[in-house]
Amino acid sequence: MKETLKVVGHNAVRLDILEKVTATAEYTDDIAFGPNLLHMAVLGSPYAHAEIVSIDTSEAKKLPGVKAVLTGKDYPEKFGLYLEDKSIFPVDRVRQVGEQVAGVVATTYEIARNAVKLIKVEYKELPLILDPYDSVAEGAVLIHPDLGNYKIEPWLNAQPGTNVAHLRQIRKGDIEKGFLEADEIVEGEYYIPHVAHTCIETHISVSKFSLDGRLTMWNSTQSPHTQRNIMANALGMAHKDIRVIAPPIGGGFGGKAGISMEVMAAAGAKSCPGHPVKLRWSREEEFSNSSQRTGLRNKVKIGFKKNGKIVAFKHEMFWDVGASAEYGSNVVNATGFSATGPYYIPNVYIDSKACYTNNPTCSAYRGFGYSEFSFGVESTMDRAAKILGIDAVELRKINAIKEGEGVAYDVPMNPNGLIECIDKVAAEIEWGKEEKSDDPNKIIAKGFASVWKAPAMPANESSSAFIKFSEDGSINILVSGMDLGQGFLTAMAKIAAEVLGLTLDKVRVELPDTDRNPYEWQTVASHVTWSCGNAVKRAAIDARNKIFDTVQRAHFIDASQLYLEDNGVKCTTQDSFYIPFSDFVITGIQTEHNTWIGGPILGSGMFMPEYTNAMVDPNTGLGGHPMVHYTVGAGAVKVEIDKETGRMKVLKMAEAFDLGKAINPDLAKDQINGGFVQGLGTALWEECIFNEKGKMLNDGFTDYKIPTILDVPRDMNPILVEVPQPDGPYGARGHSEHTMIPVMPAIANAVANGLGVRITDVPVTSEKVAMRMNDPKYKEDMRK
Amino acid sequence: MFAQSTFQWDYYECDTEIRRYQMNHMLKFNLNGEQVEVAVKSNEKLLDVLRDKLGVVSPKFGCGVAECGACTVLINDLSVRSCITFAVEVEGKNVVTLEGLQADGPTKIQKAFVKHNAFQCGFCAPGFIMSATELIAKNPSPDEEEVRHALAGNLCRCTGYQNIVDAMNEVAEDNRRGVK
Repeated sequence: MKETLKVVGHNAVRLDILEKVTATAEYTDDIAFGPNLLHMAVLGSPYAHAEIVSIDTSEAKKLPGVKAVLTGKDYPEKFGLYLEDKSIFPVDRVRQVGEQVAGVVATTYEIARNAVKLIKVEYKELPLILDPYDSVAEGAVLIHPDLGNYKIEPWLNAQPGTNVAHLRQIRKGDIEKGFLEADEIVEGEYYIPHVAHTCIETHISVSKFSLDGRLTMWNSTQSPHTQRNIMANALGMAHKDIRVIAPPIGGGFGGKAGISMEVMAAAGAKSCPGHPVKLRWSREEEFSNSSQRTGLRNKVKIGFKKNGKIVAFKHEMFWDVGASAEYGSNVVNATGFSATGPYYIPNVYIDSKACYTNNPTCSAYRGFGYSEFSFGVESTMDRAAKILGIDAVELRKINAIKEGEGVAYDVPMNPNGLIECIDKVAAEIEWGKEEKSDDPNKIIAKGFASVWKAPAMPANESSSAFIKFSEDGSINILVSGMDLGQGFLTAMAKIAAEVLGLTLDKVRVELPDTDRNPYEWQTVASHVTWSCGNAVKRAAIDARNKIFDTVQRAHFIDASQLYLEDNGVKCTTQDSFYIPFSDFVITGIQTEHNTWIGGPILGSGMFMPEYTNAMVDPNTGLGGHPMVHYTVGAGAVKVEIDKETGRMKVLKMAEAFDLGKAINPDLAKDQINGGFVQGLGTALWEECIFNEKGKMLNDGFTDYKIPTILDVPRDMNPILVEVPQPDGPYGARGHSEHTMIPVMPAIANAVANGLGVRITDVPVTSEKVAMRMNDPKYKEDMRK
Repeated sequence: MFAQSTFQWDYYECDTEIRRYQMNHMLKFNLNGEQVEVAVKSNEKLLDVLRDKLGVVSPKFGCGVAECGACTVLINDLSVRSCITFAVEVEGKNVVTLEGLQADGPTKIQKAFVKHNAFQCGFCAPGFIMSATELIAKNPSPDEEEVRHALAGNLCRCTGYQNIVDAMNEVAEDNRRGVK
């Protein structure tokens, strides 16, 4: 029996590519629900902050074809993933432009939209807050006066009587002493605006409340089981009576994690039992009332010794979580623990505050806050390198955290290949080699950043898996992770195939259905390959043990001599012994007495990290083990910049991540390319622009530019580093979100290296570069 | 031309002003090689008619205003955004969607997209394939920049486009060398 891996670690065509390229994949909107289908439209608030004085739905109800009109009077229930601060329909106040005030269910979408226009709402405007600094200012209007009464996870620290939904503090070592020991102190203040996920498929839910009291939902979602749990709690229903089916999803990126508009579709369905009710967001609604990425204002202060060693690190983060912190509070929590970046630092002071504003609600977005804070940290590192006279890449290597060194909350760092990632990226981008453009008006500059990220999740998140064999020896794997495009299905297939000696063509993995597939917390946090991969591996081992047991009883060969290979069972001591799975995995093995031994082979497996503990000391952040592990990496860009117009063209990129073990090496590289380009959009162009009344002005692709096929570098270099994760399946840990994180600081650092101008607010637009190029206020060589 | 049809239920549900505007029309066109007849309102979009009335769901709704390219179809061999095309505009024309292209199995372009794992979530794939098909019909062996320009109206948020370009480069190279 050979130890080498036959499936895991080898390239493969993804399992679901043919169904996607042939449009066989039925996304939620593609499913035919028949003429009984009803359509829902929602009235969004025109005000960012206002009291609802009255709602008159009488005219809307009279329109022929209208089946139901819903308001907060009917559905006032609060819900939320970590903090229940959202209403299905608000009762007394709206907190952002576009927030649902009422919904209409009708026979056609057109009628539903016409009816929405007939609803009369009287509002009384309230003072509004659009900036996190204003949110925490003395005397600020309270956006959630009832914060102290909301149901909340025990590891969150809401500050009732203020606009701070959660405060995470780290106090490690002695920060005062650390700064006194420092030879150089470098400070910076940074700003990150809201950006949008812009999945090409907008949010959609089709919900049906049948007359026997069961709710079925077809949702474009990353979180079928979590949605079922939230719906059960919000509607007071038994979990078994709610069925969430997750058809293929047209992009997630965190935007379809947890729950948002699906609660409205469920409420619509409850009002019209027996009918499926479809709610599909328009592109404008997708921008303003699904979720956006958290905005951030942060202050970074780092103390260095002359040799480059960091001795003190202070980071204050004021997160603009928008009108609700039900999910964003965990972004604030996760970054509160991790906002040092991938460096060992003895004295750490971090304040991470979730500040309510009247901007659109923010939740998970690929990178989960790490992109936002890393911009400030990595920009400050580059400025420090120049002040210290140390090469920027070298400075990162000097401080790179090693296995066993304490992270900010003083738990030992996991095994990692950070130095290898840094070296490989520096080599690929030819760091230190000066390059000149053929065009005298243009310069070529390079920028670098190193990053980390941990999965952000409750301490007891979990995954589970079933494997069932069929007559021909093929298997179906039942799991509830989502294939968002990252290749989850293919990874699970490979892990099971590896354990069971199967070829990949014998494996099918389907998308979740909470009635049939076992529990998965959510497909978020770049953690399903690791977490669900462990569950699948255990399920495969369980099935293997049952196969060995059957063969042992039928052929009297000890299980220790059996192994699985070539879609069957082999024996280490008898070369000729081979029973294909198709001979027995359903029927069992016939004995000489014509009796049968065995039966259908099934495997089950579960996984939960049993060493995590979120209950840290709220004052210091110490005393727990809130994160499972960190994935580290580095990225660099080579940019051509026009000295007159500031126009930038990224010529080349290199990114390396230590994903422990690449289950699908080619698909893992695709994650790096895709994440880099998504990061490139946020670095150069993307920004949700609001007017002074909190209305988003660029809620369409004409004004909100995402990268096209023309905008990306022609020279893309994804690099995989593999330092195994001890508790990962075949050593794997996640890296899909991480790929976005280095891009914003790498671009800003390249601009600073090329032109000496430091841009501290993203996006780093050509306009900003051109306007500030010769302005001394933005010169790079400043300590503050 | 705006003849009354049997689809009267739509007609009665709208108010007077809209009623005048939304007279039904019996639209005849060639869809994927077959003649179809369908009653449509004068303001109905081709995308909605294809998806909701004819069950042809490969063109996707992504934005409704021709910004993302997910709804791309071919009308008389030209790529068009079906989300802003009035259905009545295709009267007597040839409309081809992905369902029609692959009537005899996946095309060469589709096979190359499979080989290169060209898509992730896959929602934008049908639109890309339609635009790519138009390009290759006009220019069987485009260079990389020609490929990028032809596909610049199709947005993909997942892939970073690299594998799409690689697949198209392979198609172009095969065509250059005469590989079938």
